[in-house]
Amino acid sequence: MNTTGADRGSSRDESAQAGPVVEVTGLRYVHPDGTRALDGVDLTIERGERIAILGPNGAGKTTLTLHLNGLLPVQEGSVRVAGMEVADHLSEVRRRVGLVFQDPDDQLFLGTVHDDVAFGPANLGLRGQDLEERVEQALAAVGMTDVAAKPPHHLSGGERRRVAIATVLAMEPDVLVLDEPSAGMDPVSVHALAQVLARLPVTLVVVTHDLPFALQTCGRSVVMDRGRIVARRDTGSLLTDNRLMAAHRLALPFGWGRRSR
Amino acid sequence: MGAGHSHPLHVHGHSMVHRMAPHVKLLALVGFAVAVATLPVGAWWAFLGLAMLLAVALVAARLPPRFVASRALVVLPFLLSALVVPFVASGHDATVGPVGYSTEGLAAGLSIAGRALLGVTASIVVAGTTELPRVLAGLERLHVPQPIVAIASFMLRYLEVVAGELGRMHAAMTARGHDPRWLWQVRPMAAASGALFVRSYERGERVHLAMQARGFTGHLPRLHDEHAAPRDWIVATTWAVAALAVTVIATVMA
Repeated sequence: MNTTGADRGSSRDESAQAGPVVEVTGLRYVHPDGTRALDGVDLTIERGERIAILGPNGAGKTTLTLHLNGLLPVQEGSVRVAGMEVADHLSEVRRRVGLVFQDPDDQLFLGTVHDDVAFGPANLGLRGQDLEERVEQALAAVGMTDVAAKPPHHLSGGERRRVAIATVLAMEPDVLVLDEPSAGMDPVSVHALAQVLARLPVTLVVVTHDLPFALQTCGRSVVMDRGRIVARRDTGSLLTDNRLMAAHRLALPFGWGRRSR
Repeated sequence: MGAGHSHPLHVHGHSMVHRMAPHVKLLALVGFAVAVATLPVGAWWAFLGLAMLLAVALVAARLPPRFVASRALVVLPFLLSALVVPFVASGHDATVGPVGYSTEGLAAGLSIAGRALLGVTASIVVAGTTELPRVLAGLERLHVPQPIVAIASFMLRYLEVVAGELGRMHAAMTARGHDPRWLWQVRPMAAASGALFVRSYERGERVHLAMQARGFTGHLPRLHDEHAAPRDWIVATTWAVAALAVTVIATVMA
């Protein structure tokens, strides 16, 4: 399933350059309060790749995703999306990189699901019939067509998450970045979400510490700790490396590690 | 669809009034409200005329009578205070049993009651047939400044989120034995309000980030093209003008 998604992802984009879709080099970031969040991150993401960013709380994962969308200024190093320096091409980068925030209540801020999904493409200048088509396609992609007229606060947590993804899909991004998409959801909703993600024809970046979810959705993973990327491998072998996992405060759910060893 | 329970003031339906563009309804409501507010005191036939116009709107909107009656109860305090007016007005010139009252005060009291009832019922017709997001779209269409419409829509969206947060904080306090009975025990709740303010402020910053991530540059795009059919304009204008005409005639005659 992953490979078909990836293939479609690369064939869809006519402007596919030869280079990687995301290229982060030597990125450092210090929060205004003096906390060092990123301490020299190097990360290259190829077109069509599905990659999980794993790491304990406070590793700098969310700070990194905010950089991918130009929401934090680059202090040191560089962030390039499709070859463009992020700071110089803000609006184009924000179209190409779709960021889904951790709390859907932060993402869904308008009165109805329809309006929230329409917000992004409307900012890109779409109006009328074109806009309606985008909204319909995006909601259909996450299986949420039925709730278009509902206000977001009447949806369940799982539904809200899927609508939040639709708000970003409606902008037809090249890269979909999800921050903790499985947080606070019941196992059935998490599984349904993984299936929705598997069908999407985009480059996928999933930030999570839900290791089974990472294994289900992403072929490759990087481990982040203390503002650096400390490992990069295919997800299966990474999760079974007990020494690496323990060194970076990651652990499979009880009983998993033993069985898969 | 969940439109039926989207707001306690709204009744899902497909009547002619439901379908009418929101800005047209809002303008008609303003016209009617002006007519009601400027009716001369004691012009009873004029009050009756406006009530009949309102009845036409109620029938056209096909709102359940029980719904309208229960929502109209909010005017009860006004009706009660209007009842007092004849007895406290100066110049008692008539009596009921041993109690004197002023006929001028009686007319004034009844007028206040009538105005309150007419005005509130007209608002119920608009609120009952227009979802709140459409009311906001209508306001935007009427060139109400965008920041004001945006603030109103954010309040509408996050009211339940913030109320939910307050509820959870309250539950967390109760779970640890907080059981306020007296006014001087209000301190923890006051502290919680402060925390709630900070949390809401931080949420505001996160929402802003999420908006920027989807290309927001300071101007909300207009998402609803609320088109008013010529028929909407004709019907609503005729209705509002009829109401204003009643008031003008009553004023000239008084």
